[in-house]
Amino acid sequence: MGILDKHKVIETNATLLLILSFLVVTIGGLVQIVPLFYLENTIEKVEGMRPYTPLELAGRDVYLREGCYVCHSQMIRPMRDEVERYGHYSLAAESMYDHPFQWGSKRTGPDLARVGGRYSDDWHVDHLRDPQSVVPESVMPKYGFLEATLLEGEHIGDVMKTNGFVGVPYTDDMIEAARADFRAQADPDSDFDGLLERYGEAVNVRNFDGQPGVSEADALIAYLQVLGTMVDFSTFTPDASR
Amino acid sequence: MNKKQDDDLDYETTGHEWDGIKEYNKPLPRWWLWTFYACIVWAVLYSIAYPAWPGIKSATPGLLGFSTRAQVVEEIARFEEANAEINTQLASVELTEIAQDPNLNQYAQNAGGAVFRTWCAQCHGSGAAGAKGYPNLLDDDWLWGGDIEAIHTTIAHGIRNEEDLDARYSEMPAFGELLEPDEITQAVNYVMSLSGEPQDASMVAAGEAVYLDNCAACHMDDGTGDRWQGAPNLTDAIWLYGGDYDTLVETVTYSRFGVMPPWTERLSEAEIRAVATYVHGLGGGEAPVE
Repeated sequence: MGILDKHKVIETNATLLLILSFLVVTIGGLVQIVPLFYLENTIEKVEGMRPYTPLELAGRDVYLREGCYVCHSQMIRPMRDEVERYGHYSLAAESMYDHPFQWGSKRTGPDLARVGGRYSDDWHVDHLRDPQSVVPESVMPKYGFLEATLLEGEHIGDVMKTNGFVGVPYTDDMIEAARADFRAQADPDSDFDGLLERYGEAVNVRNFDGQPGVSEADALIAYLQVLGTMVDFSTFTPDASR
Repeated sequence: MNKKQDDDLDYETTGHEWDGIKEYNKPLPRWWLWTFYACIVWAVLYSIAYPAWPGIKSATPGLLGFSTRAQVVEEIARFEEANAEINTQLASVELTEIAQDPNLNQYAQNAGGAVFRTWCAQCHGSGAAGAKGYPNLLDDDWLWGGDIEAIHTTIAHGIRNEEDLDARYSEMPAFGELLEPDEITQAVNYVMSLSGEPQDASMVAAGEAVYLDNCAACHMDDGTGDRWQGAPNLTDAIWLYGGDYDTLVETVTYSRFGVMPPWTERLSEAEIRAVATYVHGLGGGEAPVE
């Protein structure tokens, strides 16, 4: 009896069959997943990526809570039509501080990977309040209530700490100043020098929703306005084997 | 294998027996089996031809040297090359000459339509009819000028943005800080009388005085506006934010500050000229200023 004839042992023993099946699937999974952790070209080396500011991170949480990813992807694929419509194709490096990433797979609405800076804050306020007022053919629901919900940012430091556990390089200084930075970014009259020092000169400091206080709309618009704008593409050279 | 049998016992079995039940040995159809083998061979060849197996530093590049990122660059280059000649022509001729050249004009209209639907439609509407706060581009009422040169300047540099030093700029004061509420009410009634019915006709006369002191510098004595400052014409029935009493009081009290981004960084000169030609051709385009 050769080894192939012994399959009766496996077929008649449910536990053994289960263990061996699991083993086969595990190997298949490991072969696909593990190399991504050590291959040098998985995440491109580009300049400009920084962790989200506290306000942007809060906006990202609003984005997740409202399920924006159900209709909007954040992944510009390397295809001519997408590059011409949305801009440079997305890089892995651009979602390296996203936990979890927001690539998505469904585009009822347009891709948002490079929506940052594309529209004015006023447009975003109008559009969140009543999408049909600016895009009559839109089927997006109304999110006007975001403006009415004010945020204190009392937990944002903890959220940053948690992101730190999974590899986002938030420094102790950043976490300590989280609430101050959170408020400063939505108030151009505040002292926001510390915020710029910690996160870079390019951080948008504006009263995003045009109303007093930090609302969820402020946070969400701050997040949307930074999407896809961080990487300096003049420093990017495509890898030949991608 | 395919022999016809009458008696069950004569069937060929696999030799497996479960509680007295035997398993027939019915081989898979040949076509299926060969397809299966062909798939295995295909998979092996594919993994040699295309990037596949992970190594120490990177994955095997594959014999064909395929790369999605190189492919998209190539494809964009191919289309840019195909349009290079006409784009160079579009970017270099006098703006006013585009309309004179039927071939160039047709290209600019089509390319400009594509640019408009990608970059402009979200604010100005896919049909260019605009929305509250975002001007309608189909009519002949222009804030900053409607000839091709003016439209081109507006698109290239934008309006009231911080990115472009050449952006068109003006700022209406928030008159809530300068005038008494009564004066604002009077001025609004006067402005409403210019294009139709005031809400309260008894205030029009007083409003005219307030208007001439505070508003006429930009909107002109007769209310027809000033394109150098983007000051809207107040005598027509076209309103950017609304011409009803409440909206006008809001506008005068808090002022408005509509912005438009500059497009020189995102679009090429040929694309900007194309979309300017498209917008100019929508219906309200004016003849060049002599």
